[in-house]
Amino acid sequence: MTDAAASRALAAPSAEGALAALARRAEAVAIPLGALLAGVAAFSLFLALLGHSPAEFFALVWRGGFGTAFSWENTLSRAAPLLLAALCVALPARLGLVVIGGEGAIVLGGLAAGATAMVVGWAPGALGLPLMALAAMAVGGAWIGAVGWLRHHRGVNETIASLLMAYIAIALLNHLVEGPLRDPASLNKPSTPPLPDWLRIGEIPGVGVHWGLAFGALACVLAWVLIERTRWGFAARIAGGNVRAAQLQGLPVGALILGFTALAGAMAGLVGFFEVAAVHGAANGSLISGYGYAGILIAFLARHNPLAIIPVAVLVGGLEASGGLVQRRMDLPDATVLVLEGMVFVAILLGETLYGRFRMFRPELWGRA
Amino acid sequence: MSETDLGLWGVPLAMLAGAIRVSTPFLFVSLGECLTERSGRINLGLEGTLVFGAMAGYAIAYETGSPWLGVLAAAVCGAGFGLAHGAMCSLARVNDIAIGIALMLLGMGLAFFFGKPYVQPVAPDLPSIPFGFWSDIPQLRAALDVNALFLVGVALALAMAWMFRATRIGLVIRATGDGAEAARALGVDPVRVRTLATAAGGALAGVGGAYLSLYYPGSWNEGISSGQGLMAVALVIFARWKPVNCLWAALLFGGAGALGPALQSVGVTGGYYLFYAAPYVLTLGLLIAASSPSRALAGAPAALGFNR
Amino acid sequence: MTMFKGAGRLSRRGFLGAGAGAAALAAGLRPAHAAGLTVGFIYVGPKDDFGYNQAHAEGAAAVKAMAGVTVIEEENVAETVDVQKSMESMIQFDGASLLFPTSFGYFDPHILALAPKHPDVRFQHAGGLWSAEKHPANVGSYFGYIGMGQYLNGVVAGHMSKTKKLGFVAAKPIPQVLMNINSFLLGARSVDPSITCQVIFTGEWSLAVKEAEATNALIDQGADVITAHVDGPKVTMETAAGRGAWVCGYHADQTALAPEKYLTGAEWNWPVVYTRMAQTMLDGGTIDNFVRGGLADDFIKMSPLGPAVTDAARAQFEATKAEIMKGGFAAIKGPLMSNTGAVVAAAGEAFEETDVRLESMDYLVEGVIGATS
Repeated sequence: MTDAAASRALAAPSAEGALAALARRAEAVAIPLGALLAGVAAFSLFLALLGHSPAEFFALVWRGGFGTAFSWENTLSRAAPLLLAALCVALPARLGLVVIGGEGAIVLGGLAAGATAMVVGWAPGALGLPLMALAAMAVGGAWIGAVGWLRHHRGVNETIASLLMAYIAIALLNHLVEGPLRDPASLNKPSTPPLPDWLRIGEIPGVGVHWGLAFGALACVLAWVLIERTRWGFAARIAGGNVRAAQLQGLPVGALILGFTALAGAMAGLVGFFEVAAVHGAANGSLISGYGYAGILIAFLARHNPLAIIPVAVLVGGLEASGGLVQRRMDLPDATVLVLEGMVFVAILLGETLYGRFRMFRPELWGRA
Repeated sequence: MSETDLGLWGVPLAMLAGAIRVSTPFLFVSLGECLTERSGRINLGLEGTLVFGAMAGYAIAYETGSPWLGVLAAAVCGAGFGLAHGAMCSLARVNDIAIGIALMLLGMGLAFFFGKPYVQPVAPDLPSIPFGFWSDIPQLRAALDVNALFLVGVALALAMAWMFRATRIGLVIRATGDGAEAARALGVDPVRVRTLATAAGGALAGVGGAYLSLYYPGSWNEGISSGQGLMAVALVIFARWKPVNCLWAALLFGGAGALGPALQSVGVTGGYYLFYAAPYVLTLGLLIAASSPSRALAGAPAALGFNR
Repeated sequence: MTMFKGAGRLSRRGFLGAGAGAAALAAGLRPAHAAGLTVGFIYVGPKDDFGYNQAHAEGAAAVKAMAGVTVIEEENVAETVDVQKSMESMIQFDGASLLFPTSFGYFDPHILALAPKHPDVRFQHAGGLWSAEKHPANVGSYFGYIGMGQYLNGVVAGHMSKTKKLGFVAAKPIPQVLMNINSFLLGARSVDPSITCQVIFTGEWSLAVKEAEATNALIDQGADVITAHVDGPKVTMETAAGRGAWVCGYHADQTALAPEKYLTGAEWNWPVVYTRMAQTMLDGGTIDNFVRGGLADDFIKMSPLGPAVTDAARAQFEATKAEIMKGGFAAIKGPLMSNTGAVVAAAGEAFEETDVRLESMDYLVEGVIGATS
């Protein structure tokens, strides 16, 4: 809505038109930022009431998350898996679907990558790595795609189905990694066989973070293009608003749901692929690390806008990165960061109610009494 | 202690015992969610409420020495979370599912934050009632050691079913669940009904948490809940928004959860991860079997938008 | 004293590590703590879990009490890139030069990825199998023969059991866990060869409800002495004692959880081990890369015997303990079969506690009811 109006305004040649467009766009930035500040303020009050210094806390967050070159490396390392994990929530959200089981596609994607490496260990990286990534995307895509299929063809609630399937996926991972796919040499940490060196992904030169970060950012940009600039994205938004209306218009709602959920699952599968190829070097229980659930937080904070996922993931990554420093310096529990995230999350959602309430963001009201 | 060798009979007995022991948190949370959803709201955040209730219940029981005061505290805290959820969702354009997820995160964060000093201390447990006194079989006696909260939960399921069927409050909640206009036609404010129903639902979820920390397994730590609150929300759909069905669903889920350990104990040792996943597979299977794209989801409150 | 013999020569770079604090101070890189020794501890769970993490945290507390040492700690650090960054953060921001990332899963790939980047920092890891060919010289692995503790648990359990059936709540069938299950049963069988031990794997290191269900299932099947190998045995101890079964502890002292029913427990003695290692660093020495120790080396200890333990049990417990203290004790000795009928040890063959082959154990011995996969 806002975007369509904005592009109409952009077409207008007058300076006033440009200002109006800016005002409309500014709302989408100003309200979340204001909400973020409100959440931070609430958290500061919380800390102060408990006798801790909010100033010290945020100074440590700055230092631990953004203050030094290492802090940035730390922050970006933690943000890398969150980008793709958030897409697993944001893409189906365009169709009005709430998928919370991305964790399942992540662990199975990682398992698929590890298992594929057992078969293609002979292949050079240029062949083996794409095969592993494809396997991860296929398995992840099938897993969440099944959720979409069940939603459309059987009427099964996607939120619940994806959650149940995440538990099942974790059981499958554990069963296979500790049973049929276990490397006998992985004694006390049951894993698939270690990847050969040529099937491992290194760091982006000069950044100190693996290539998953760049792929994640690229995927966010492409997802934005898909949603905002293609007819599939447009159709998905209509279907998300009203399924019946979309069907009356002849839109292939079933195909859209299947396509978007499968794509979402493929993104989550890629998280698993990068975890295996760039971090763990094998598939094992460490894949169950909660990135899928963190992705829900990121996607909602970004209001399911793929471009906004990038800064939000960096912000959350920075918070997580500084958590250790906060624990050590202020003697606060590790859950402190979780409390802050929760408060900001609530504040940003409450901010939704403010859209359209400020005159300064509504040029059509300017000049009226 | 003289034990009797049960052999394979141990499996059904363990499932019965497990159903009673493990089901109570599911029962309370799903009854709470049932009440909330019947009024037309979804509170996906009951996992956070459950965890906070577990912490608050344990902490208060430890500080006061009374587990029942702990249960009360858990209920009050749960009502607080429910009230917050209800109030926030009353604002225009604020999405109840998203707020639920946010409050889940906040509830867990606060529980872990304030619960740190209570990981180590040992709080008094809730007492149980020995319904198995007549039996000579110690395993059966143990299985029939039933906690009072389970009985409260059963009574609550029946009472809630009666309330929905035969009382004015039940009518008001059901009408609100059908839509705001229906509520106004009865002369009630739908926002108020939904907020109160969410608060009451939160209180029940808090009690479910207190059962975890104060009876079974009877300990507070950050891993005390393995998703009971989330699963219970799933069970409500599965139970078709009927309180008595919530009871059966919780019992089934609890019993299925006991299957894995029980099978290992009689020597079925392979593939235990898959047995442990049985409750989830079972729930998903039944959910799929019970759903249908062509007809409306029977029992679904219209305002939830399940039949979009 | 295994600590000071063996592979020490290999870690010349580790020796430089001891002086790292001073060197860095000269370079102006490190803040405040650089004058003494800063030691970082990282735990995978809460540090007061009555179990694995608490045992390590008690070690950290002892190191904290040493003069000239600063201790920094982090709890609930996942076995992902998180732990790599936590370690690095301790190095960068606090000038830590000795790290104890205590969870097994931290070793490969996380410690191994970070150690080469910080040759002046010493990484000490519990349970890993450091080898000179494969691993950096500034990494060390240490562990204790805790199976001996479970053997002693078994001796007491064997005397106390009426049903002749023991129960073991275990997380995963990995060598360290299998060693404990086998030792527990063999200790009990040294009292009465007809005793069996039922094991239930929960599949997770920390999963309260499943641990409680497993404990109940074991007792329903007649087990009357229960022990566990999960991260925090609190739930198992409380549930078993509540059902009237005897309990044997693991990791840390759990007497307080079941004062009447607690028999004894196999505990880590990390305070002794960690202060020793920190002292070596303070003195400018080098910690050996591969360190193992048992009861005699103060790597492990036994909880005080509970009030219910009979005189006969006490006598055999003390006698067996004295035997173990002499060194060279073998719980696994022939003729011994696995519970699937394979030969574990031929007649006359013995695996002493120090035998490194025990660290890749993949069987359950005859008399254990359960399977390794």
